[in-house]
Amino acid sequence: MASFLKLRWISKSFSTLSSTPLRICVVGSGPAGFYTAEKLLKAHGSVDVDIIDRLPTPFGLVRSGVAPDHPETKIVINQFSRVAQNERCSFIGNVSVGSSITLPELREMYNGVVLAYGAESDRSLGIPGEELADIYAAREFVWWYNGHPDCRNLAPDLKSSDTAVILGQGNVALDVARILLRPTAELARTDIASHALAALEESTIRKVYLVGRRGPVQAACTAKELREILGIKDLVIHIKQADLVTTPADEIEMKNNRIRRRVYELLSKAVTAGHASVPGQRELHFVFFHKPDRFLESDDRSGRLGSVRLEKTTLKGDESMKQVAVGTGVYKDISCGLALKSIGYKSVAIDGLPFDNYKGIVPNLGGRVLANASLGDMQYETGLYVCGWLKRGPTGIIATNLYCAEETIACVSEDINKGVLSSKSVKPGRKGMLELLDSRNTRVVPFDAWEKIDLEEKRLGNLKNKPREKLATREELLKIAGK
Amino acid sequence: MFISRFYRQGAHTIKNLVKAPALNPRTSYSPVVYNQSIGALKHEFFSSTTAKQDSEDGNEENEKINVTFVDKEGDETLIKVPIGMSMLEAAHENDIDLEGACEGSLACSTCHVIVMDMEQYNKLPDPSDEENDMLDLAFGLTETSRLGCQIIAKSELEGLRLAIPAATRNFAVDGFKPKPH
Repeated sequence: MASFLKLRWISKSFSTLSSTPLRICVVGSGPAGFYTAEKLLKAHGSVDVDIIDRLPTPFGLVRSGVAPDHPETKIVINQFSRVAQNERCSFIGNVSVGSSITLPELREMYNGVVLAYGAESDRSLGIPGEELADIYAAREFVWWYNGHPDCRNLAPDLKSSDTAVILGQGNVALDVARILLRPTAELARTDIASHALAALEESTIRKVYLVGRRGPVQAACTAKELREILGIKDLVIHIKQADLVTTPADEIEMKNNRIRRRVYELLSKAVTAGHASVPGQRELHFVFFHKPDRFLESDDRSGRLGSVRLEKTTLKGDESMKQVAVGTGVYKDISCGLALKSIGYKSVAIDGLPFDNYKGIVPNLGGRVLANASLGDMQYETGLYVCGWLKRGPTGIIATNLYCAEETIACVSEDINKGVLSSKSVKPGRKGMLELLDSRNTRVVPFDAWEKIDLEEKRLGNLKNKPREKLATREELLKIAGK
Repeated sequence: MFISRFYRQGAHTIKNLVKAPALNPRTSYSPVVYNQSIGALKHEFFSSTTAKQDSEDGNEENEKINVTFVDKEGDETLIKVPIGMSMLEAAHENDIDLEGACEGSLACSTCHVIVMDMEQYNKLPDPSDEENDMLDLAFGLTETSRLGCQIIAKSELEGLRLAIPAATRNFAVDGFKPKPH
């Protein structure tokens, strides 16, 4: 309460200034956050934008989601850095909404708040045995090899078995499979976290199973990622010829979807290539028409994963509706020492924010946050917007956020034009927030401090012939940031 | 100008690093195309340099073609593009609002343009597998869609007209549903 009064006071003391800009805060510095900021700055000459992030580092999933062997995808960081260097824009890292500062406080400080903090949790399968050790969300594994501080100590056991099972066949599933199977000499030249590289160098995993509930026509990956994994050197690909038989409904799905058609073609070519198996060689098995039924404990290692039980499925539905997988009561077990669930991310709610738990998103219309989760109630939260995965769910590519941000910013612009958002209501903005954070001993990381981290990571990477050696703990990051 | 060239070279460096045989072994799944894409990029880089030197010698008109960009609002901008330069590069040098997240390294679909005349479209070399992989993900894909970074100016393309797709409308109404191609 005391801090709330203090806020009021700061608010008041600022109201004497004249010609102040409209102040907008963007929460989250991934693609959705940066595209939002860029479009805001472009659309309005008198808007100041602050981008805050809970990590000391910017760029969200471009840093911790994009695979280390996809450096071209990370080039967009150049564009985002130019946004951060705009004189009307500031990046402020190491500020967590919910602990460093609450959402109501933030809304009091700024004329408008755009939430773009993504999806930092995971959907669960809800099947028996999911709590066993050696089972991870693919997100955790990705964060681990990408040096995200929250998964620095994940330490997945890659040495107790020769087999890993990945549940899901989307691009994240393909990314983690590729990291497990790609020769480490190749990974050593990427910006993969050194702790992950060391573990992968000692990995005994030779066989990776990619399990999908439906068939090759419905596989959720895209052609680029599929082409890439099929092309790994000395990797033997296993696809059952019988799984490639298509139904009339499959044909219609492919006719209507270019991606599905191209993915299916790549898988078909891979099966006809017909590799001979050589002992010790790495293998990738595409397992179609199977869904996970339960995880089984290892016989000799208590609490650890021993195998995954899969149930054979068949597709129901025709061209008029989406084909869904239903179980057939036929089961098979795959022994494995590691299981990665790659079945989708989930956003996390914060205090004071309407949240649709069923969909895992903030209820919104085109990016304006609705006060109530039911869409029938069209009451908006004034000055509160949402963009990216938090707005539309965890799908799409980096560029999807470009259009997503355009849509959200159209709402902000409309509210500015209508006077719903007005700089006449003078807000303390950055200065007020920094004072509050300072009073709470929160050490913020501005963009020039991130640039020190960036330089140091590149310097360390240079010593190892890598583009970058990521600092993977908050302590290390804050130490360099403070130099 | 300097900055854009600088970044582009950065992108090339990264690309070449990744495409080095040791790091990304060639396979039956991405055979010749691979070389072509590097070839095309190199060609772009060197020939745009050549065009610049020539233009200093006074052959400017011979070395450039007229290209019209039609933006999301339907407004047209006519620019002159040196032979050998990509449409992405040309758009950026002329302050045309064409996104280019990966700076021409074939890792995104943000420079998607629609060739407005089928005859012109047919004069372009077929897209590589890698370009098609990215076009898969482009918003509002059409029969004559290409990536701006892969269209290189040549004299046959004189009078080329390129539309920047109005993706916002598609996004708001339908979500992401590329048109069958």
